Amino acid sequence: MANFFSNIADWVNERAPSMMPVYRKHMTEYYAPKNFNFWYYFGVLAMVVLVNQIVTGIFLTMFYKPGAATAFDSVEYIMRDVEWGWLIRYMHSTGASMFFMVIYLHMFRGLLYGSYKKPRELVWLLGMLIFLALMAEGFLGYVLPWGNMSFWGAKVIISLFGAIPYVGDTLVQWIMGDYNPADATLNRFFALHVVALPLVLLLLVVLHIFALHEVGSNNPDGVEIKKKKDARGIPLDGIAFHPYYTLHDLVGIGFFLIICAFIIFYQPTVGGWFIENDNFIPANNLVTPAEIKPVWYFTPFYAILRVIPSKGLGVFALAASIILLFLVPWLDRGAVKSIRYRGRGYKIALTLFTITFVLFGAIGAGKSGEWIPEIFGPTADVSGIDMHFGWMLLAIYFGFFLFLWVYTYFGYEKTKPVPERVTTHD
Amino acid sequence: MTESTRIKLKTMNHVAAKAFACGFAAVAAMFAAGIASAEEGGEMQSAQTNVSNVTSLQRGARTYFNYCSGCHSIKYMSYARLATDLQLSEAEVLKSFAFTGARIGDQVVTNMPAESSQQWFGKTPPDLSLEARAKNPDWIYNYLKSFYVDPSATVGWNNTVFPNASMPNPLWELQGVQTAHMAPAKAGEEAHVEKLEVTSPGKQSSAEFDETARDLTAFLQYVGEPAALQRESVGVWVILFLVFFTFLAWLLKHEYWKDVH
Amino acid sequence: MANEGVNLGRRRFLTATTAVVGGAGAITAAIPFIKSWQPSARAKNAGAPVLADISKVEPGQRLTIAWRGQPVWIVNRTPQLLATLPQEDSRLTDPNSEVAQQPPFAKNETRSYKDKPQWFVVIGICTHLGCSPEFVPEIKPEPYDPEWKGGFYCPCHKSRYDIAGRVFKGVPAPANLVVPPYKFVGDHQILVGVGPEGAA
Repeated sequence: MANFFSNIADWVNERAPSMMPVYRKHMTEYYAPKNFNFWYYFGVLAMVVLVNQIVTGIFLTMFYKPGAATAFDSVEYIMRDVEWGWLIRYMHSTGASMFFMVIYLHMFRGLLYGSYKKPRELVWLLGMLIFLALMAEGFLGYVLPWGNMSFWGAKVIISLFGAIPYVGDTLVQWIMGDYNPADATLNRFFALHVVALPLVLLLLVVLHIFALHEVGSNNPDGVEIKKKKDARGIPLDGIAFHPYYTLHDLVGIGFFLIICAFIIFYQPTVGGWFIENDNFIPANNLVTPAEIKPVWYFTPFYAILRVIPSKGLGVFALAASIILLFLVPWLDRGAVKSIRYRGRGYKIALTLFTITFVLFGAIGAGKSGEWIPEIFGPTADVSGIDMHFGWMLLAIYFGFFLFLWVYTYFGYEKTKPVPERVTTHD
Repeated sequence: MTESTRIKLKTMNHVAAKAFACGFAAVAAMFAAGIASAEEGGEMQSAQTNVSNVTSLQRGARTYFNYCSGCHSIKYMSYARLATDLQLSEAEVLKSFAFTGARIGDQVVTNMPAESSQQWFGKTPPDLSLEARAKNPDWIYNYLKSFYVDPSATVGWNNTVFPNASMPNPLWELQGVQTAHMAPAKAGEEAHVEKLEVTSPGKQSSAEFDETARDLTAFLQYVGEPAALQRESVGVWVILFLVFFTFLAWLLKHEYWKDVH
Repeated sequence: MANEGVNLGRRRFLTATTAVVGGAGAITAAIPFIKSWQPSARAKNAGAPVLADISKVEPGQRLTIAWRGQPVWIVNRTPQLLATLPQEDSRLTDPNSEVAQQPPFAKNETRSYKDKPQWFVVIGICTHLGCSPEFVPEIKPEPYDPEWKGGFYCPCHKSRYDIAGRVFKGVPAPANLVVPPYKFVGDHQILVGVGPEGAA
């Protein structure tokens, strides 16, 4: 059997000699640091979710009918009449939310260990582009069932483009292809969600991984393993990606699939967090849901938008909150990569930033309406407190980036000595 | 630095990293608590429906077709599916449920013309296929129990869970006639309902009517997602398999990682 | 990277076991996707049996209904037409309906219920490549057959069938026209899609 495969390998090698080296370069001879921890699972988990979205997405497209008059019914057709349609649908909706869960944790790892620093700035930039494409893909996908939240969410988000001076209103109508999100809008969103953005995502993911493999992976100690190599040129602290990390990741994937299975089979809507209640009502341009809010993964950015009373400034803040993430490799002037050896100031800043992001998410999800009366009493001025608290969080969020630059540029950060070799549990 | 300091640092950082993860989990748990309570608009009793109880669904279906299907469709259900899931024969379903002369493969649609109902009620009675998913079962259960006579309403009835729903109480024969005790109106505010009481008894006692409302809610919950029971039973096997597979994968990984020092 | 004492046997065993279990899982996971292509409940409901009213179909006439997206012909055959059937046997590929193109009750000369031989229920699709043949009940010579005794003629590739849907020798069509499962409901109705035992 092994002979058969090696014969095929030789045959291919004679005709396309650069193919086999790709396998060696990226798998069996790609040396990754041996001290990867929990935070290093999320890249491969993101790839698993991407494959899931594509496969389940293709099958959904076989039964879904894009069009304002047919979309909602076709989703119920999938849920009830298509054999195992409910499973395919839930795998896709759960995958969408898990994609963002995984990506947020993946990005957080970057902030923990300085994975964005030289020479990996390109990896970070490509990753941020993937994040943008993913947000667009998620938004477009949520519109497709054409439930009431699909419609009103589309209306709100598209109207944000109206904030752009001069071209805003024309742009909004151009995006919609109508005076309101309508059949025309739904059909083009379908094409973008099913064809255009998946191609963009696949391309970006390939580039992201290639860029990473050029420079090699970072690690929890932020030590450059390529600096210490043995006689054969292999990093002393590196281990071959295959079989060590392929097997290591396989276990991680197993755990991840168990979590996903619990959600898919026992709580697919997650109480309205993954599929909102209002989306089980068909789109109705005359009746607005009690609370228009996006799915949980957009809630932090939605909150940033909402706590600023001016639409134009709100849109600007929303854009800035994401653009600043692109700039992190240049804002952070520190030489030490990993939080393990960074100054205490950075640890505090990152903790505050994370808490702020999560609290923004709660605000965007409308939790203020529940929590503020509980904390401040039933007569509390909910929107007032909400807004002022939101401004405080905004200061912390944007302050994080300013702090990062000041802290590192002017040399206030007191780092600890970074070890020569990685530290592992032995 | 010394070995022990390095180890202490590592431990601290590991603890910090785990703390972040736990923080995430804690916040997630907080949100999850929101899932479980699902309380909206005041004191809601828990419906305590059991969708896996076929008898409950059968009773709920009977109530639905006797009292609701005149106005409300459940257009995403077919009679054939009801027969299969409720363990009834097609003949029974056609006899007891399909008043409109529908065939077994047809969807459950009311005969009431939409324009007429728009005139009579001010609004076409909505299709209820997904009502249990748009609202939740507790809401429906409480709604069914919260009608009261209200002379000022166009249809003569009002409801504390859904004020000014232009819907008469479809189950008044069973529940009896319920009236509202109004709390005295404070200055600048409208009078609100303090308590509901059955003043003229119906065919069912209070406990019996609760059962009826529960069964009907369970039926609507089933109609909202007929695949729910299959989903849960398949899930057991999937998760068992995944646990087994992950264990094997771990053994394999552990074996190879003996190479790594 | 090999160390002394690497247990190759254990490695191979664990790799094989994990691969086999994982492969089984992957195949099982593929099943729902493959099954999703089965006719959906809606398609099956739409393919449910169809009740046809035959009270107005005079002798010599044909009623066409749709069942599962296909034309089904219900023909009221005259005694003259029925009498032609035994004479045609030598010209036919499968005069005794050996090939199972009909339910068991229709495996006879008239390819219909024995107690109601005049009623012929058949799917109007040529067994060659799927065109719908013409109904030619008149007993008179035709250009394609000087001995024509009434039957069905397919213009696409010139296949011919007798008035019991049995295919002639020497034509492209390989088999007799398909008789679907059906049963009488009273004397004036035929339910197409269900046989006498109840199964479709």
